[in-house]
Amino acid sequence: MGDVMANTTTRLRSRSDYEDFLYREAMLLDQWRLEEWYALFTPDSVYEVPTMGKARDATPDSALFYVADDYARLRHRVDRLLKATAHAEWPRSTHVRIVGNVIVEGSDENGTQVMCSIVTYRSKNNFTDTYIGHAYYTLIEEGGQLKIRSKRVLLGMNSLNPHGKISIIL
Amino acid sequence: MSTGSNPGQAGNWIIDDPVEGVFKVNRNAFTSQEVLELERERIFDRAWLYLGHESELPNSNDFLTRSVAGRELIFNRNRKGEFQAFVNTCPHRGAQVVREPSGNAISFKCFYHGWAFNNNGKFATRSNPGTYPDSFNCAGAVDLPKVRLESHRGFFFINYAPEAESLLDFLGGAVEIIDLVADHSPNGMEIVGGTQEYSIRANWKLLLENSYDGFHAPQTHETYFEYLIKEIGPSVLENIQTLSEVQRAHTFPQGHAYTEARAPWGRPVARAIPTWGEKGASDAAVMVAELNKRVGPERAMRIADRDRNAGFFPNLVINDIMAITVRTFYPVQPDLMLVRSWALAPIGEEPEARHRRLNNFLEFLGPGGFATPDDVEALESAQRGYTASKVAPWNDISRGMQREIPRADDEAQMRAFWREWNRRMQGEC
Repeated sequence: MGDVMANTTTRLRSRSDYEDFLYREAMLLDQWRLEEWYALFTPDSVYEVPTMGKARDATPDSALFYVADDYARLRHRVDRLLKATAHAEWPRSTHVRIVGNVIVEGSDENGTQVMCSIVTYRSKNNFTDTYIGHAYYTLIEEGGQLKIRSKRVLLGMNSLNPHGKISIIL
Repeated sequence: MSTGSNPGQAGNWIIDDPVEGVFKVNRNAFTSQEVLELERERIFDRAWLYLGHESELPNSNDFLTRSVAGRELIFNRNRKGEFQAFVNTCPHRGAQVVREPSGNAISFKCFYHGWAFNNNGKFATRSNPGTYPDSFNCAGAVDLPKVRLESHRGFFFINYAPEAESLLDFLGGAVEIIDLVADHSPNGMEIVGGTQEYSIRANWKLLLENSYDGFHAPQTHETYFEYLIKEIGPSVLENIQTLSEVQRAHTFPQGHAYTEARAPWGRPVARAIPTWGEKGASDAAVMVAELNKRVGPERAMRIADRDRNAGFFPNLVINDIMAITVRTFYPVQPDLMLVRSWALAPIGEEPEARHRRLNNFLEFLGPGGFATPDDVEALESAQRGYTASKVAPWNDISRGMQREIPRADDEAQMRAFWREWNRRMQGEC
């Protein structure tokens, strides 16, 4: 943690820098380049998807989440999704992610807060399901590269109907 | 044994042959619109259906709205704190009287024309004299329609048939499972953290079968067990071995069933695993000591050290495993169901224990976890297979049929369900 902090700067970049970063993240996920995607995260990072209607600052210690991965559990999620025994995603679905309305909210000692709107289409077995929501990021800079310290997706649907599951990474 | 000449026609949905040790279910039962209509009439309109838990309405005048078997309901408490259920439709022209998911109110007012009701469902609309006759509501004709409601240990069920047996008669011996869950804590139990709501493009009965199916777990959920081995260490493998010595299935004539086993994961109440550290181990020891004192050693062992997957006819699941889930689901179409699931936990649980519980819950039980998405895939895959039901008509659920004591990874649970399903579908109820 100390090392991470020592290398952390929170200087604000232009919005297009953050947009480029988010577009690239979306592309890595669309292309199932999950090892490269995982490399975008810092060792103290979290990836979270609360259940519907939760506040932006809800905590998985008291509220029900769909996903509340720390770096280690996220590692397993990536490992799992790369195996043929992740049955929900084998054969693999195809996805397309649209990222928009990027807002750089500000910076503090934790990093830079960036939010965006997301639309993720997942297609398999003749159904295409659409996940919509807002993604909230805390990004830091490490060795000149942006890294994800926190990614939280607040879904904008009121249930996982008809999706049935969140078997992909949003 | 019923092997009619028209497999899949009424009365010929199952083949139940204990002599040959063969049990088959016709796939027509999962695909036919006529079967679904008959299920609505003979099962969902007559069986006790789970509505909610008392902890969801902690105060007088609290209410929530919920759809049960396709009907919109209001579940509330009045000024005296009594629990009630009403159909959530205005007796005037049908609009939903309450449209919020939950709240606290002493009266309900329909937004459409303003008809109003107190929270006992009584018509309480003020109109100018002469608008309606004095006798307008003399028989309660324009009160909110009340639904029959009974409970056991905080679990509330409704029944759309006034003549149906009592909840306790309906639950029979399976009530023991609710008692074991309710006894986890001296302070009572509560629903925590919200609801997981999702759909599955499969017949509703497939989820009941899946929820206490010990046979599929090591196969379908290989990636979850790999995660456990990584997190917990090789003790998982030892525990999987001891599992086979204590596991078995229990069935009840009302169609309910459960499996009991000893699984490798940690139980929040109260079986610690090494990754929970010394604190986790000592917390569990304190809980076990309290359980021993309160419910006796045998029951304490079952609560703390045994994992149960229970299916209550027709559509309530209580999985008391690495966390507790209460899950119910309803058909929308033969090949589509809506699922709602909750996490149940001791009231006043220590924050660390609650953290472990909710982690356990989302890792395995949730639609974003490492297991449930693969269950959804398995069920949807089966439903796709049933499109060929005319040329490949039968499901086999014979596993362990001739074993004296059914194992958790046999299929006696499903057979108990299907026998009751078939009995009711024949009109014998």
